[in-house]
Amino acid sequence: MANKLIDLQHITKSYGGNVVLDDLCLYVRENEFLTLLGPSGCGKTTTLRIIGGFETPDSGRVMFENRDISSLPPNKREVNTVFQKYALFPHMTIAENIAFGLKIRKKSASYIKDKIKYALKLVNLDGFEDRMPDSLSGGQQQRIAIARAIVNEPKVLLLDEPLGALDLKLRQDMQYELISLKNELGITFIYVTHDQEEALTMSDTIVVMNQGYIQQIGSPVDIYNEPENAFVADFIGDSNILPGIMIRDELVEILGAKFDCVDKGFGENNPVDVVIRPEDIDLLGEGEGIIDGVVTDTIFKGVHYEMCVMSRGFEFIVHSTDYYPVDSKVGISVHPFDIQIMNKPESEDEKAVEINE
Amino acid sequence: MKSFFGKMYLTLVLIFLYAPIATLMILSFNQSKSRSHWGGFTLEWYTGLFENEEIMAAFRTTIILAFLSALIATILGTAACTGMQFMKKRERSFIMGITNIPMLNADIVTGVSLMLLFIASRVSMGFSTVLLSHITFNIPYVILSVMPRYRELNRSTYEAALDLGAEPVYAFFRVVLPDLMSAVLSGFLMSFTMSLDDFIITHFTQGPGFDTLSTKIYSEVKKGINPEVYALSTIMFLTVLVLLFFVNYKPWGKQPTGQIKVMTKREVIVSSSGRGGRL
Amino acid sequence: MNERRNSFLAAPYLVWSIGFILIPLIYILYFAFTDASGTFTIGNVSAIISYVNIRALMLSILFSIASTFICLLLAYPLCLILTTVTSSSSAFLSLIFILPMWMNSLLRTFAWQNILERKGVINGILLFLHLPPLYIINKPPAILLGMVYDFLPFMVLPIYNSVSRIDKDLINAGRDLGADYFQILKGIIWPLSLPGVISGITMVFVPSLTTFVISDILGGGKILLIGNVIEQLFTQDSDWNAGAGLSAILMIFIVFSMIITAKYDREDIS
Repeated sequence: MANKLIDLQHITKSYGGNVVLDDLCLYVRENEFLTLLGPSGCGKTTTLRIIGGFETPDSGRVMFENRDISSLPPNKREVNTVFQKYALFPHMTIAENIAFGLKIRKKSASYIKDKIKYALKLVNLDGFEDRMPDSLSGGQQQRIAIARAIVNEPKVLLLDEPLGALDLKLRQDMQYELISLKNELGITFIYVTHDQEEALTMSDTIVVMNQGYIQQIGSPVDIYNEPENAFVADFIGDSNILPGIMIRDELVEILGAKFDCVDKGFGENNPVDVVIRPEDIDLLGEGEGIIDGVVTDTIFKGVHYEMCVMSRGFEFIVHSTDYYPVDSKVGISVHPFDIQIMNKPESEDEKAVEINE
Repeated sequence: MKSFFGKMYLTLVLIFLYAPIATLMILSFNQSKSRSHWGGFTLEWYTGLFENEEIMAAFRTTIILAFLSALIATILGTAACTGMQFMKKRERSFIMGITNIPMLNADIVTGVSLMLLFIASRVSMGFSTVLLSHITFNIPYVILSVMPRYRELNRSTYEAALDLGAEPVYAFFRVVLPDLMSAVLSGFLMSFTMSLDDFIITHFTQGPGFDTLSTKIYSEVKKGINPEVYALSTIMFLTVLVLLFFVNYKPWGKQPTGQIKVMTKREVIVSSSGRGGRL
Repeated sequence: MNERRNSFLAAPYLVWSIGFILIPLIYILYFAFTDASGTFTIGNVSAIISYVNIRALMLSILFSIASTFICLLLAYPLCLILTTVTSSSSAFLSLIFILPMWMNSLLRTFAWQNILERKGVINGILLFLHLPPLYIINKPPAILLGMVYDFLPFMVLPIYNSVSRIDKDLINAGRDLGADYFQILKGIIWPLSLPGVISGITMVFVPSLTTFVISDILGGGKILLIGNVIEQLFTQDSDWNAGAGLSAILMIFIVFSMIITAKYDREDIS
């Protein structure tokens, strides 16, 4: 994973005065599974369309293997896209759909035939050659869309919320299929989604975006465990985000109580944001934790209970396998390394990180 | 009870709508040349029709005119719709605004305005002026038929074709046009019908010695219509009926991607405006 | 898609529509305000106040108001019936209203002469039933009937479109909240169908106002509507300036109805 395969340099794009991407810089390495994650309107799809060639950036450059391809039309790019609503050609059979790109490249009939067979096998739809797209289920259409894209042997496959239209069970199955597909093909995937679970499951690298800015780039583990700001923390999983004051290194004051932590370098007596994941809160007997609280709500979620605990005017969300009935008094405790400290947003640019959903 | 009165009302309205048609069909078999009494059954108007050079000439003119004007209007209109997809909203609404004028304008005003244009530009009126006029009032039907289809069109199929390496022109003919085809076809059919049935605009833009079926019928209204015209209209009506049946209730093969709709002038306005405004 | 240059595909039509739609309308205004020698005059337009012309215009307005009103009265219950009685094939039903248009409209109008004349179909039936005969041919009622016949589908189709689009659950909700049929009709169906009613009204009003064919065929040439006056000025008298003058007056009514349509269109969207 060494080379920069795609390098977006200072991309800016706006529609009618509405800035969608502002000075975006991002590179994608070879053979990487990179996910652009964010709420709708964050610019993730626009970024993908700029890579695909469907949009031209107002300024900035798109580099592909160190060549500037900013003005190259989509049909000349070595990337292929799997569209959100599949975009299968309704008047062509499955075989004709898959053969479309190959015919344009003037491949031989036997080559095309082999390729179709191979691709259909790859997506577990052998024998579907002569079917029409509208006779297929959503999941099947999605696989054909993938097959149609990969027979052209692109160096990069762009996927625009490809699982968005599928139901939950199918979506989970397809996630595993996509991972194994990527391993088989050994090419780069750039994946767009607003579903954090998809992103965490499949990606090598996640790019969290909001309002046209990149909020954080990192591995799924980094993003989940060490969100850099409140937006990322809130967007990835449930979390308790509290205002706090960094007393000194490795000690933070939350709700008037002092908590040990492992973060350093935030100065002394500085206001910060503190993230605590619901599953990282330990509930103990009253007086046994750092602060006390009262359970106000309990919901059984299958693997765990989701409880709301009111403490000093803040409502914590807690995930625990232990059951505490409503109105029971509990103590709250958090391991130092489960406390994540983040800077408060300051500059104009960082305003975008404020949760806007 | 309510539904009984409902059906009765419906039946009465249908009788009202179809009475003249039934009358014309009956007259086409009437031996007597007088309209007002029944002289016995005959097929002579049907056989004589094909030897009546005047009627056949008007019929040929009508068909050629309808076909040419619909064809040219379809090409111009489809190209215009395609071009408009690449325009800004304001430019598009400007063009759609002009397009609505002949649809909402009274035919007499449209006819008179074209007549004045031809008079002012000293063009002698005949087949070509009528053809130009028919193309003019036909293009809006094509546009109002194709434009909504463009809005429904899954734009990403075009992008998918580009993505798979197609040149834009190839992508249009291979992917976009097949999707539009049913709308283009109904645009063509509507244009054809409008041209076929038009009297008023033809009346103002025709020259001496030129006749379509409509203008021929109009000139005969006062001196009495040749029953062969009834025969011809009956044949045309039944032909359309059979064609419509086959187009819409295709018993064989795959369903077409979109049903081919044949609409009339006003219905086009309704359905195009009903779908959330005309751009 | 940002291939702006592709918009050139609309250029031929744009040129065409300017040449054959906009410029001809300007010619009407030009001819309306000039005389045969090309000098400016308002005589052609002010000729509307002459007795013959103002009478024709007033008559036309009366006829078109009447035919619009009758069409609405006939069409609205019809559309209610169409949406309730038949859930099966609404496409088939709207086809039934369109089908007649596939026979030459002049002939269909002409056929009413047969039905209405002194010894025609209607009087045959009336005679058989020992009822007094109806002599309306070549009289105003015949023209009115012709207008209603020719333009009724233009009223039915838009109203049917808007009535059939009303969500059935709105009506169910109304009933659930205790409204009876007429309260539902008044409080829910009618206001929601109003855009269809408005476009139906303009679609019947304009052709009724401007027709010269129906009055020619069913009025026996004795009743002059404004359309007949204009038609005669153009085709018999070849007085294009005078004809254009009266056409310009007609355009005022048409522009007015276009504005109404456009206004309701916009409200329909929001």
